[in-house]
Formats: sequence, structure tokens, C-alpha cells
Amino acid sequence: MSKAISEFIRGIIKDNPIFGLVLGLCPTLAVTTSVENAIGMAAGTAFVLVCSNAFISILRKQIPPSVRLPIYIIVIATFVTIVDMLMEAYTPPLHRSLGIFIPLIVVNCIIIGRAEAYASRNNVFYSIIDALGESVGFLLVLVLIGGIREILGSGAIVLFGTKLVEIPIEPATFMILPPGAFLTIGVLMAIVNYSKAKRLTKMGGE
Amino acid sequence: MENLFVIAMNGIFLKNFLLVQFLGLCSFVGVTKESKSAIGMSSAVVFVMAMASIVSYLIYTFVLIPFKLEFLDTISFIVIIAALVQLVEFAIRKFSPALYRSLGIYLPLITTNCAILGVVLLNVQYEYSFMASVVFGIAAGLGYGLVMTIMAAIRERSVRVKVPSAVQGLPHAFFIATLLSMAFVNFFGVIPI
Repeated sequence: MSKAISEFIRGIIKDNPIFGLVLGLCPTLAVTTSVENAIGMAAGTAFVLVCSNAFISILRKQIPPSVRLPIYIIVIATFVTIVDMLMEAYTPPLHRSLGIFIPLIVVNCIIIGRAEAYASRNNVFYSIIDALGESVGFLLVLVLIGGIREILGSGAIVLFGTKLVEIPIEPATFMILPPGAFLTIGVLMAIVNYSKAKRLTKMGGE
Repeated sequence: MENLFVIAMNGIFLKNFLLVQFLGLCSFVGVTKESKSAIGMSSAVVFVMAMASIVSYLIYTFVLIPFKLEFLDTISFIVIIAALVQLVEFAIRKFSPALYRSLGIYLPLITTNCAILGVVLLNVQYEYSFMASVVFGIAAGLGYGLVMTIMAAIRERSVRVKVPSAVQGLPHAFFIATLLSMAFVNFFGVIPI
């Protein structure tokens, strides 16, 4: 059981999809104009990641290695189509604001990366744990970036119709526009690098 | 009849794939360490985007719509792109080994480049005609190439710039992208076309 917990934590911290593996940048920057969009995107990606990791792990002994990548892509595309239709039916406003980034989950490198690096080598249980860990890591980063951009760009965080936080500042539209996304992720990555370097020198000094 | 010039300008500047729409960012930070590889990747992308726009338009209009299978668009487009990239790779290797040596290593990367699938999906979403799809495909590729080339040139020249060690590498690239993106969003956004 302890292995399961450590695999789960690893997906959130060490192999975090954005800051650890640097995979899946496009949706990270494109849909994080608000916390609500960020949660919707992360939920869609999580569904596809868990389902495809489980499915590929079940079939890992049947899939011939030479054609594995096309098979992974077809499996992922099937689950993405399911998510696309579910979102269109049950959350139409979210579906509209995420736009083409829902079908583009197919080419999100996180999903095919985990299928290749993890699900093709491990059993179903650990593949699902790994997918859940990666999904939570992805969700946290998306909500963080979305939160920073929404609060600086509009002065408040609105989640499903209720106002969560409000700060008295002049809203900077810049943060909602594309340049704000690049700036936010640049600053966050610099902070992550700084803390990593600090931890390394501390370990080296002992 | 859409104005093809407006579509082309949209594809290159106003709806620039990298800086305004965030499509294809993995290659944007991955392949722009030197100009040579950025230009190689961009030419491969222009070529595949144009081909993918043509083929996917034909498949969507003459296969998916008559059989009422529009909901299968994502699956069929990704298969089309993967097959197309393979075909292009074979064709280039057979007919022009010199071109293959310079483009070959970038072709496999293109299948999972979201810019290609993005252009095909946008063509469907905007309901472009055949000509408009092809023009938009080529324009989007050119816009991608333009930004890749600018970015690679800036990164090559800023190698010797002294920055704090935490900012080196990716954060530095993202800060350059912030400035470039500001230029694209604000400068081209005010031209009324």
C-alpha cells in the first residue's frame, strides 16, 4: 500500500506534468484564463488519462510493440471523443469556452507520455494510481495559474457563480490576454528552479 | 466567398498559432535553441499543415458528412495526420535524400504537434470552403515559422546574457515569449482588416 501512496505523491511533486516533465504546455496556457476553465480542463484530461492508462495497461501484453503508438493514439482519441460529447451535453458553457482544446487533449503529451512510460510496463492498479497522481498534479498547476491570472486580471475569483475572493485592485487585462500566461508560467518556473537549486545546495553542504 | 487575404492575415498574425492561440508550444520551447533546427521544423510544419488541410477537408466533406459521422472528426483527423506524416516521410526519403536529411528528424515530432490538429479542427469550426482551408493552413504554417525563426534568433543571441541561474533556460524563454506575444496581441490587434 505504501508503494501506491508514494507513486501517487510522485505524480504530484517529482514528476509533476508541468514543472517536472514539462509536458502539455498548450492547454496549460490557453485555458487558464479563469479557475473555472482550469478545473474543467483538468477534469477532462483526468478522465482521459485514467481511462486510457487503465485500458492500455490491461492490453499491454496483447499490443504488439511495433504498432503500439498508433494503438495508443486511437485509444486516447476514443476517450477524448467521449469527454467531448459528455461536456457538450451536460456543461455547454464550459464546452464553449474550452473550444477546440477539448479535442486537442488527444495530442496532449502527458497522456501519451504516461501510456508509453508507465501503463505499458505496470499493472492496472498502479497505472490508475499513476494517472490519478499526474491528474492531481496537473489540476493543482492549472488552478494555480488560473487563479493568479483571474485575480490579477479581473480582481476577483468567481467559481460556479459564487464570488470566492475579491481584492481591491485595478484589473490588469494584460493578465487575461496571452502575454499574461507566458509571464505567469515564466515566473512560476523560475520560482520552482530556485527552490530546487536551493534544496540541492543544502543537500550538498551536509 | 470569404476574403482569402483576410484569412491569410488572420492565420499569420491576428490568430498566430504560437503566441495568440497557444498551439504547438512544445516545439516552441523545445526546438528553438538554434535557428537551423527552428527553420527545419517550420518548413516541415508548413508542408504538413497544407497537406493536412487538403486531405482532411476532402475526408470531412465527402466521407464524414454524407454518412453522418461528424462526431468521429477528432479520431479520423488524428489518423489522417499520422498516416500523412508517414507518407510524406517515405516520399521525401525516396525522391529527395538531401531534403530528407534536413527535414527527416522533425517529421515524427509533427504527429503529436497540436498545431496541425488545431488547424484542421479550426477549419471545420469556421466552416471554411476548400480554398479557404488551404489558405488558412498555409498561412498558419507561415505564422508559426515566422515566430519560430524570431524566437530562435533571439535565443541564439541571448545565450551570453547574464541572468540569475534560476531564470536560465525555460523561464528565460517564457519571458522572451511574453514580450513577443505582447507585440503580436497589441500591434497587430489594432490594424482593422
